[in-house]
Amino acid sequence: MSITEANDVETQEDEVARPATVNVRVLRQEGPGLPSYWERHQVPYEENMNVISVLQRIAANAQTVDGKEVPPVAWDCGCLEEVCGSCTMVINGRVRQSCSALVDRLLEESPNEIELRPMTKFPVIRDLVIDRSRLFSGLKRVQAWVPADSYYDMGPGPTQSRSAQEEAYPLSQCMSCGCCLEACPQYQKIELNRHPGETDEEFEARKQAAHDDAFLGAAPINQAVLFNAHPTGKNLKDERMEVLTGPGGVAACGNAQNCVAVCPKEIPLTTSIGKAGRAATVHSLKKMFDR
Amino acid sequence: MASQRVVVVGGGLAGLAATMKLCELGIPVDLLSLTPVKRSHSVCAQGGINSCNDQTRQLGDSEWKHFDDTVYGGDFLQHQPPVKEMAYWAPKVIDLMDRLGVTFNRTQEGFLDRRRFGGTLYKRTAFAGATTGQQLLYALDEQVRRWESQGMVRKFEFWDFLGPIQDEAGRCVGAVAQDMVSMQLRSFPADATIVATGGCGLLYGRSTMSVFCNGSAASRCFQAGAKYGNAEFIQVHPTAIPGADKLRLMSESARGEGGRVWVPRTRQDSRPPKQIPEDERYYFLEERYPEYGNLVPRDIATREIFDICVNEGLSVEAGRMCVYLDLTHISRSELDRKLGGILEIYEKFQGVDPRDVPMKIFPAVHYSMGGLWADYAKAADGGLDPGNPINQSTNLEGLYAIGECDYQYHGGNRLGANSLLSCIFTGLFVGPGIQNYIKNQKTAAGELAPELFEGAIRKQEERHSALLGGDGGENPYLIHQQLGDIMTKAATVVRRNSQLDEAYRLVDDLHQKARNCSLSDSGSWSNQNVIFTKALQDMFPIAKSILKGARQRDECRGAHFKPDFARSSLTETDPAARRKEAEKWCDEFQANNDRFLKSSVASYDGNDPTVDYEDVDTSIIPPRPRLYGLVGGEVIEDVWKERGAKQQNSAETLATSSQV
Repeated sequence: MSITEANDVETQEDEVARPATVNVRVLRQEGPGLPSYWERHQVPYEENMNVISVLQRIAANAQTVDGKEVPPVAWDCGCLEEVCGSCTMVINGRVRQSCSALVDRLLEESPNEIELRPMTKFPVIRDLVIDRSRLFSGLKRVQAWVPADSYYDMGPGPTQSRSAQEEAYPLSQCMSCGCCLEACPQYQKIELNRHPGETDEEFEARKQAAHDDAFLGAAPINQAVLFNAHPTGKNLKDERMEVLTGPGGVAACGNAQNCVAVCPKEIPLTTSIGKAGRAATVHSLKKMFDR
Repeated sequence: MASQRVVVVGGGLAGLAATMKLCELGIPVDLLSLTPVKRSHSVCAQGGINSCNDQTRQLGDSEWKHFDDTVYGGDFLQHQPPVKEMAYWAPKVIDLMDRLGVTFNRTQEGFLDRRRFGGTLYKRTAFAGATTGQQLLYALDEQVRRWESQGMVRKFEFWDFLGPIQDEAGRCVGAVAQDMVSMQLRSFPADATIVATGGCGLLYGRSTMSVFCNGSAASRCFQAGAKYGNAEFIQVHPTAIPGADKLRLMSESARGEGGRVWVPRTRQDSRPPKQIPEDERYYFLEERYPEYGNLVPRDIATREIFDICVNEGLSVEAGRMCVYLDLTHISRSELDRKLGGILEIYEKFQGVDPRDVPMKIFPAVHYSMGGLWADYAKAADGGLDPGNPINQSTNLEGLYAIGECDYQYHGGNRLGANSLLSCIFTGLFVGPGIQNYIKNQKTAAGELAPELFEGAIRKQEERHSALLGGDGGENPYLIHQQLGDIMTKAATVVRRNSQLDEAYRLVDDLHQKARNCSLSDSGSWSNQNVIFTKALQDMFPIAKSILKGARQRDECRGAHFKPDFARSSLTETDPAARRKEAEKWCDEFQANNDRFLKSSVASYDGNDPTVDYEDVDTSIIPPRPRLYGLVGGEVIEDVWKERGAKQQNSAETLATSSQV
């Protein structure tokens, strides 16, 4: 008896009538700037399936529902337990992680079909894979780090109260999945096309410049708040506030509160944005009086 | 000389720690990763990171005891100097992570909170809820982003490392890699190359590991001539949640915070678990190991759970093997504060609240103790010589291995909360050695003849186009499933030679088939199919090394368990007879160590691995029977201790008489 055999045996209890197959409709796109199109797939139903296992079955046998052989659907995934942030997509119209999207639950919402499409606020690379580098640029913009002197042994960090840790930890659980940005009405897609003859570096620099003026969105603002509250992190508070009060900063938030509603980690994003907004006001006033 | 660079492959805890340390030393880094580094598999580590600390110290703990627990936990299969160095660095590593902003849980007074983990009696483990790996990784990711914004780090994310580039003398002078989006192949000249690419769980099909952990990077080094140590030592974690796509980890911290493992004493008792009274529950770990209880090391807990389900037939369910992991006696607020992250995982994927109902769990493949063979330079104090370029170097000059993909730190079995430590420690420690190594190079890698790098790219182009044009008809995904099934059946908790022989034959067949794949995507944009197929092909050299290493090791050690070679437990009841039996047991134990207390070291010839052996440096802590206070094993420990004392006495007598 091995560990797989042990667990591949069907359970006999609680047999609920389940479909023999699962229908999936995927919005596909072969590359950036190319037209997108819907494609239907069907995979055998298994117990405890999630969207990842559906996509794995499609990859292993890439045929449309009409039997046409197609390249497998491309998608991004990593940990499969909702902690890495890779596998975000729009499932049955809702942005979420595909690993924690359980097929039984999805079929309850929409019994005939599961609909998968890529996030709409980021450029599509292929099929369900999108380019979220703007999110990471945002973390650079707000200098989301502790400016430590060195990595030598300098003894422990500053003592912190339990309540400070309990406030910081939820903010620090942000896995850069981008759900909050997808749901945000103020966060608009930026998609640049490479100019003929442009080098990697030039294209990268142009992209960076475009990101730097655009709305940061909830995730990076939340990180700025996290580091502004850290005893050493706050040494960069003024620099962060310059960004938060600048173009694409916290003032661009339209207070739709969608971000907090879709966050898979239930991070209090609107609370962070509120804090950032108040700090921005203080920062602007201080600058006015310091002048 | 032109400026020198280092390539770091892999952006988990080890790779990021190495990157930031090298930057601090003024050495620019090209960081290659299959995924944005913030999404690396280290995020899945849950329970915490170990070190001796102010509180345990006052209870008698010390770095030495952490060292001792680690080698005892590893069944003495580690060279002791690196382990000693790591244990002595541990408090410093945690201090650093604390300074870098890790949101460690706090005591009421504001100090770092600690909990107990397996294989120790002290509360050594610092933690950030139940997502400690994620929080540590984020702190390092942030530091590396800081260096990136200063131009010291160039990140190449969604790049697949295809192999080291070697000069005529075999020295590693960089890496060749492929952009997984544009499929462009490129060389990265480097004065030193560090591989920090984690474990190889994917070759078991499903495991607790992330999809990136396919072992391909280590395998590509192995195929280029690097040696691979202790491949057969694969940790099967006792507590995971079975799933169709993945076996999700349920952290040891659940037991560290008081979680209890049990089954109903009546076979498949149909009552809901909360209605089964205490005296009808079998807390088998607590009964069999009263001293360590639910916190015996993982290999032991896994075997006991296996034994309860397979041999005793006491699985909670009839059709599916599982045991209860029970937290329901702990208050909700404490559970949320210390274990929130893992309880949410259980709730989300199982639809049951583990705060109210005991979880159902079963073992799953979790960690590779083995990995690329790496060297070390021993110092006079028994630890390592800091700054020595030998530390963490593979047998290919200029190629270094750190983190889970290095074989050095965990021997036959890794203790919980030691992996995060070994990753960060090796990442930080390797920096100064590499600085000294590249300082002594006469020519910068960037100035070497371009043909060297062009040749490496050409070789990969050939492999790539051959795969795209392949028409052998084999489906890589189905081969992967079959490989996973064979490996899981033959090379996990219980191993038998007949099964291992059969598995090797089957895996060799699959290996040939994997060379004849037909791809369902032959495109040249973001082709996941071809990248997967390359990784699949490269799983075989490691899979074969695991099987061969296991086949040749006719003993039980740590996670490697062969019932045909297990020493039986004592049966005599009469004290004198029992003592005699224990004497014999100890004789056999000693004889077995003489034969098998050796690391396996594999090398690869293009189709099959050859497995040789090296002696283990056990010069600091002599090996001893590993019983963890097993009921009935006390007399063995007594006999062993007396023998040790006798030896010491005679050594002292000898020393005294020679002074006279």
